[in-house]
Amino acid sequence: MLKIDQDGRRFKQIVRGKVRDNLRKYITHGEMIGRKGRNLISIPLPQLDVPHFRYGQNGSGGVGQGEGEVGTPIAGGAPQPGQGQGNAGSDPGAHILEVDVSLEELAEILGDELELPRIEPKGKANITDEKARYTSVRRTGPESLRHFRRTYMEALRRQISSNSYDAGSPRVIPIREDKRYRSWTTTPMPQTTAVVVYLMDVSGSMTDEQKQVVRTTAFWLDTWLGSQYDGIETRYIIHDAVAREVDEETFYHTRESGGTRISSAYKVCAELIKQKFAPSEWNIYCFQFSDGDNWGEDNEQSLRILREELIPASNLFCYGQVESPYGSGEYIRALRSAFGGAHDKLTLAEIENKEGIYDAIKSFLGKGK
Amino acid sequence: MASVDVFEPLPPHLADIQRQMEGYARGHGLDFFPTIFEVVEADQLNEVAAYGGFPTRYPHWRFGMEFEQLAKGYAYGLQKIYELVINNDPCYAYLMKSNELTDQKLVMAHVYGHCDFFKNNFWFSKTNRKMMDQMANHGMRIRRHMDRFGVEEVENFIDACLSIEDLIDIHLPFIKRHEESVKPKALEDDAHDEPSGRFAAKGYMESFVNPPEVLSAEAERRRVERRQSEQFPSQPVRDVMLFVLENAPLKPWQADVLSIIRDEAYYFAPQGQTKIMNEGWASYWHSTIMTRQGIQPADLICYCDHHSGTMASSSTRLNPYKLGIELFRDIEDRWNRGRFGKDFDECDDYVAKHHWDTAAGLGKQKIFEVRRIYNDLMFIDEFLTLDFCRQHKLFSFGYNPGNDAYEIESREFPQIKERLLFNLTNMGRPQIAVRDGNYKNRGELFLEHTFNGLELKTGYAQDTLVNLYRLWARPVHIETVIDEVKTTLSYDGHEHKGTQVK
Repeated sequence: MLKIDQDGRRFKQIVRGKVRDNLRKYITHGEMIGRKGRNLISIPLPQLDVPHFRYGQNGSGGVGQGEGEVGTPIAGGAPQPGQGQGNAGSDPGAHILEVDVSLEELAEILGDELELPRIEPKGKANITDEKARYTSVRRTGPESLRHFRRTYMEALRRQISSNSYDAGSPRVIPIREDKRYRSWTTTPMPQTTAVVVYLMDVSGSMTDEQKQVVRTTAFWLDTWLGSQYDGIETRYIIHDAVAREVDEETFYHTRESGGTRISSAYKVCAELIKQKFAPSEWNIYCFQFSDGDNWGEDNEQSLRILREELIPASNLFCYGQVESPYGSGEYIRALRSAFGGAHDKLTLAEIENKEGIYDAIKSFLGKGK
Repeated sequence: MASVDVFEPLPPHLADIQRQMEGYARGHGLDFFPTIFEVVEADQLNEVAAYGGFPTRYPHWRFGMEFEQLAKGYAYGLQKIYELVINNDPCYAYLMKSNELTDQKLVMAHVYGHCDFFKNNFWFSKTNRKMMDQMANHGMRIRRHMDRFGVEEVENFIDACLSIEDLIDIHLPFIKRHEESVKPKALEDDAHDEPSGRFAAKGYMESFVNPPEVLSAEAERRRVERRQSEQFPSQPVRDVMLFVLENAPLKPWQADVLSIIRDEAYYFAPQGQTKIMNEGWASYWHSTIMTRQGIQPADLICYCDHHSGTMASSSTRLNPYKLGIELFRDIEDRWNRGRFGKDFDECDDYVAKHHWDTAAGLGKQKIFEVRRIYNDLMFIDEFLTLDFCRQHKLFSFGYNPGNDAYEIESREFPQIKERLLFNLTNMGRPQIAVRDGNYKNRGELFLEHTFNGLELKTGYAQDTLVNLYRLWARPVHIETVIDEVKTTLSYDGHEHKGTQVK
């Protein structure tokens, strides 16, 4: 074992401690978290470095080398390593260290902190995923994977064979065909999968602020579920009086003026499951968000689809009622009286505002389904 | 030292190369401590690098952070450490196992350059050459404190010490008078210079003419006055760490930890002072040895790739390897051709100057002299010339708040040189000293920042004060300039204050 492991663990412990201390804040303000690539997110942490007396940004500067006139901006932004971007000088005390935390790690912290039970996936489907290993060399690839020696050997070979190699002036200049890049082969990995279906009411009474709440909640739901399965697929359904399946972008940015018919979304969802996600192969999660204003006569039909189709198919069906400026609707009460307070697969939460996200996540995921 | 044992011994083919390279290096006149090479895996090398080159140090989270960055950078192919050398007698150097053979040759030649520099450069002359053992001992001592007082307690205290780790006097190892003068003068020796204010009187009149209570009140007043006027320390002290070590109310284990951090800071200081020269010198020798003796035909491409990668320059940062090697070559060339001294400097004839060559042949001798005497600051001050700046297209850049961008500021030689010298002065850190260790006669600590036109980062300064307060246990202050106004930043254990100085 390396000695560094101990210090590395200690560092991670400190990072995790800080993340945990601030978790409620991160959960509430999802926008604080920047996404980096598929599996990493960067989290702003206050003060993970040791502070020293240092010159401010007006003092930074130096000497460089190359072309350019006086006044030419130089490439690369902030030239001093360790110096954050932006107006470092003018924001006292606000120096912030961005720490990369993998989604897995974040999910683990989330799980620990919210005391979420691990999910037991059902029906381990024999779907496979692929894992990459760098073992081979190819003719195409990114420059960062350029294989220098092989490239020059190819160039040399080409020059010799085309008789353009001059031993007196041994210049070897690779052209595009000579370039070689390190490359990977993929190996299959077994996988269990889940699908997450988000349903949202986009009728006029749902405002941007509420959609932000939904979006933030969805981020944390995805994070946790993603950590429990090897792969998750996400689908989005919006509805007012009618429903349709949309992409993520549309999901969060559509606003309709029509009335609300929740059953329409349920129908689309049920159809989607029937067509694409057989409950025997898939772990199905449905999260519905609405301000709870449904057309009265629609409730009966909605509850029927829910009882007969959606709940039996799903691992978990969660309904989050987001309070709107027009007050909170009746739908959650209808659900309560139809299914009772404690239903095995159905979870209800009222989300008053951003602060409510934390508890909503806890109750949604607290069942370990 | 225990962990060195787990590294692999040098395999025979590398041992051969080492003998070869060592021979070449000595042949060129390099003079070094015995040098021990170890071949290590990437993560071992990253580990050693995270510990500043040492296989054993005290435990602290920032080494873990450092390692993670190095390991990530390596895994993503963004950076690779080829080698590491420790200034120690014997020198230890680590070679990355995955290096190609050509790389290993180059790296060994490079390492001998470093080892020669460590041994002969004046600024390393006071360095502990048994630092490998010393570091391991430091680790032992701190682990022992951790066992007794708790990991977190000790680690948090280390954090506070590290906040002032650069507040040392980099010239102190060469100054002997210092340590005595820092000590506070004994304050109780008031009696022997009993003040005037006493009237001559016959014995029986004494208590009437000179009432004892009046006399003692007078003596007390004087004592207070003198104590207030007496500067403590008598002159500003640059070694803030030492001042804190000697005067803060530290528990014995805390004093021990602080002294360890200070020892290590002094060990690393000369490396910071000679980065350009040291890397330049090592690069000069690897390129000399490799191009004249070391390269076999099969090595050529690999050598060129590696060497040009090392020398790559950027618009945002001067590469110390590049600047150093080019300056050494420039010096060698100038002294070989006699392009120095009064006659050359005063020559106005452009053509004559261009073709100047007295065949003086002093180049080699000169660069060895330079590597012995100079540090980066002196090196740039003395040998960076207008011609050199033009030839290498140097420019100075600075931050333009108007555009929120860094821009080329100047291509004028004086500005470029000034900027470089500035960045090298005090290793580019603000100059800070203790002005008063008994501020307001309340035992508060008052630091002064010698303002030279550049402001401190306020947020960092405040956080540093918080850590300093943890050491000093009384309010702490620093006088600096903010928005062109002299300001004292203070922290009293609860809140920050900024007071403008009239």
